Amino acid sequence: MRPEELLAPSPVGLYCPAAGFHIDPLSAVDKALITHAHSDHARAGHGHVLATRETLDIMRLRLGDDFAGATQPVAYGETARLGDVTVSFHPAGHVLGSAQILIEGRGQRIVAAGDFKDQADPTCAPFVPVACDVFISEATFALPVFRHGDPAAEIQKLLRSAALFPERAHLVGAYALGKAQRLIALLRAAGYDRPIYLHGALESMTGYYAQRFNLGALRPAREAGKAELAGAIALCPPAALKDLWARRFPDPVTCFASGWMRVRARARQRGVELPLVISDHCDWDGLTRVIPATGAAEIWVTHGAEEALVHWCGTQGLRARPLHLVGYGEEEDGPVPDTGDSVQAKNGSA
Amino acid sequence: MNRFAGLLDRLAYEHGRNAKLRLLTAYFRATPDPERGYALAALTGALSFPHAKPGVIRALISERTDPVLFALSYDYVGDLSETVALMWPDPKRSAAESAESHDRPGTSPSLTEVVTRLATLGKSELPGQLARWLDALDETGRWALLKLVTGALRVGVSARLAKTAVAALGDKDPDEIEILWPSFSPPYADLFAYAEGRIEKPLITDPVPFRPPMLSHAIEDGDFAKLDPADFLAEWKWDGIRVQAVAGQRAGGEHVARLYSRTGEDISPAFPDLVEALGFDGALDGELLIRREQRVQSFAVLQQRLNRKTVSAKLLAEFPAHLRVYDLLVEAGEDLREQPLSVRRGRLEALVARLASPHIDLSPSIGFADWETLAAARANPAAAGAGIDADAVEGVMIKRLNALYLPGRPKGLWWKWKRDPFVVDAVLMYAQRGHGKRSSYYSDYTFGLWTKGEAGDELVPVGKAYFGFTDAELGEIDRFVRRNTTGRFGPVREVVHEDERGLVFEVAFEGLQRSTRHRSGIAMRFPRISRLRFDKPPREADRLELLRRMLDAAEGTPSSGASAGAPAIARTGRRKGA
Ligand SMILES: [Zn+2]
Ligand SMILES: [Zn+2]
Repeated sequence: MRPEELLAPSPVGLYCPAAGFHIDPLSAVDKALITHAHSDHARAGHGHVLATRETLDIMRLRLGDDFAGATQPVAYGETARLGDVTVSFHPAGHVLGSAQILIEGRGQRIVAAGDFKDQADPTCAPFVPVACDVFISEATFALPVFRHGDPAAEIQKLLRSAALFPERAHLVGAYALGKAQRLIALLRAAGYDRPIYLHGALESMTGYYAQRFNLGALRPAREAGKAELAGAIALCPPAALKDLWARRFPDPVTCFASGWMRVRARARQRGVELPLVISDHCDWDGLTRVIPATGAAEIWVTHGAEEALVHWCGTQGLRARPLHLVGYGEEEDGPVPDTGDSVQAKNGSA
Repeated sequence: MNRFAGLLDRLAYEHGRNAKLRLLTAYFRATPDPERGYALAALTGALSFPHAKPGVIRALISERTDPVLFALSYDYVGDLSETVALMWPDPKRSAAESAESHDRPGTSPSLTEVVTRLATLGKSELPGQLARWLDALDETGRWALLKLVTGALRVGVSARLAKTAVAALGDKDPDEIEILWPSFSPPYADLFAYAEGRIEKPLITDPVPFRPPMLSHAIEDGDFAKLDPADFLAEWKWDGIRVQAVAGQRAGGEHVARLYSRTGEDISPAFPDLVEALGFDGALDGELLIRREQRVQSFAVLQQRLNRKTVSAKLLAEFPAHLRVYDLLVEAGEDLREQPLSVRRGRLEALVARLASPHIDLSPSIGFADWETLAAARANPAAAGAGIDADAVEGVMIKRLNALYLPGRPKGLWWKWKRDPFVVDAVLMYAQRGHGKRSSYYSDYTFGLWTKGEAGDELVPVGKAYFGFTDAELGEIDRFVRRNTTGRFGPVREVVHEDERGLVFEVAFEGLQRSTRHRSGIAMRFPRISRLRFDKPPREADRLELLRRMLDAAEGTPSSGASAGAPAIARTGRRKGA
């Protein structure tokens, strides 16, 4: 049997005809399996949703109590039967609750990995390679120029800067789910024990993480005076970096934590003064490490630099094809003058 | 190297002058000699070693990476050094993956090691040495190394700012460091020792030192109302090279003379004909020009002398250097910088008269009673006293008569008022994605003018421009390019350019010079887009012949049969607003 008969791209996302479910569907469907709660993957309005407990919690937090008709939590490693297909969820290391979804049926094992990284992250379960015949990989940073390096070293960069400019605030743009909390955890691991200030849009998610991880003293930035913010580290969604909101900070140093910061033009495009290369996706080395580890002979590539990864798979003797799924990821090489932040901030993670 | 790379990396993103200064000073404070001295040398352009050609770097990376992945990466990043720095394979990982043991990467090199090694390295040893260093460095280190060895270290730090940061180590006056600067050389251990107060001020034994020049601000329309013409002297702004000519005597009585560029670089070796004429004792501020048959030549002519590597007798005869002076800083040991301009001007006039040198003359002042008269002089210098030298006038200078000669760019004392630029209407032919901030936009444009081709009129490329437009206009052009692409060559798109279909730009530029790099044989100085002409069909754009006639007129060599009887506008070009 061809694997496409078990799982195939459709206009609203990957679809399993045998069991009638979609994975991370872009619009409301009857049955949805959700890899993780980033908004381009987890949308409201599905009839039934299968996901990890954490993903369901976060979806509820972001989308409201009635975000789905019915929900079913699945623990990592637990299996669920849907028709004559078996599905199971495995840690993807991307954000809290993120999972790779293994679909088994008709003699095929397909892993839809969603977004993933194999780098250590104190705020989520580590990535586990899952043996399969077909591995569906994202390609957000699938160019050999993306090397994320050691996040602890990037945190040191931030702390050194804060020490050199004690009268300025360091304003760090970070995605609301995952990145912001990981940064806080990394800062704490580096011994930073001052209060960390939060933009309102980060408060509830960070509160959720704080129930599980010790994130130290957190303060809403809106309640702090300018004097208090001198020398402080504050986190906000990337779009807020150039907002009126940023004016409350004394002479802020604009920082942005993202894998995109590896490329100088990207950082300058956003007017970033202190780029921090910290990503919740695999870098090139990670992708080319993970793919062989799954043992898959066939690789399907979704959102990002598909061309380079498909080419690389070819050089490794792996069958590979781009899925051309639209609607995921955030990067668009189009005319977006200035720093609108529009697409990235609303639905992305990077 | 790592610490230096970290500094460069941070400086490259920082815009604020004070923040840059803090970063530099913190680096100098935390870094030992000689490492910090070589960093200072790198930032002030004082290092000299043969630069690596891009070809060497391309060869190194192509031995190590897949060509398709390299091409995709380079297209995405847009900068060769950065692409190579980022995708250089990690030798630790390669070693772990292959069965046989690789060379272990060495320890990361210091900047001192890199600089001293580069100075003595044979050409054939360079690739191997570079590869070993690249193996041992991280992404930022590799980026900094490649920028350094290719001579492309641009992080927005002027030599002056770096010196100011050194001065800040011990609360010294930056001007003092500037004046002492020629007495030191890399790695500047004595300079740091002095700045940190560990040794006494070194004695300046140089009888002909450089003195930091006084610079002007661009005047704005609103400024005139606040200024009384009676308080000012006006003179022509000459389109040459700002120089400082200093002459004096050594302790033994021997006469020495030196010519400095605006930044204090000693350019005497390139102008022996002029240095010979510096038979005075003092320091003159003026403009270096080419003067032939009593007539000052345009910048296009000066450019021809500047581009030569060797100074031959023929070159000296063909392009005689001339000094047109406008200020006197020192005379016979007397420092005149503390005197007002009116006094200095009197002393200058007397000195020039005494010298009576055919190679040195006075930059004349422009008589004016009100700003309207000066505006008229600026619009038509030939009729307002510049006469046959008018082609070398790029505007007027306005200087306060009671101003002292202050180094740097003091406010409210000197202004420049440039002439309006030349303009032509040209047609967009090719567009390329920009670098830096604009890497996702088609923001580099090649534009062309009409000329007679084999099959009737055709457009020939005459230049490139990548600024002058607003962000909103950039968005409009980018959309136009994406919707009107007729061909793709790598990162370049060919854009429709037919009689009726295409995009016309008004291109502003400062002047023209001959060029062998362009098919048109002409290069523009400082071209930029001054207006989008969506209203104008390409067939109404200008013709190449207009530029040819302008260049002939500027060079005074009507070679291509341009008729002297052509209307003035056709000979001298069109200026913006005219
Ligand atoms: Zn995600
Ligand atoms: Zn995604």
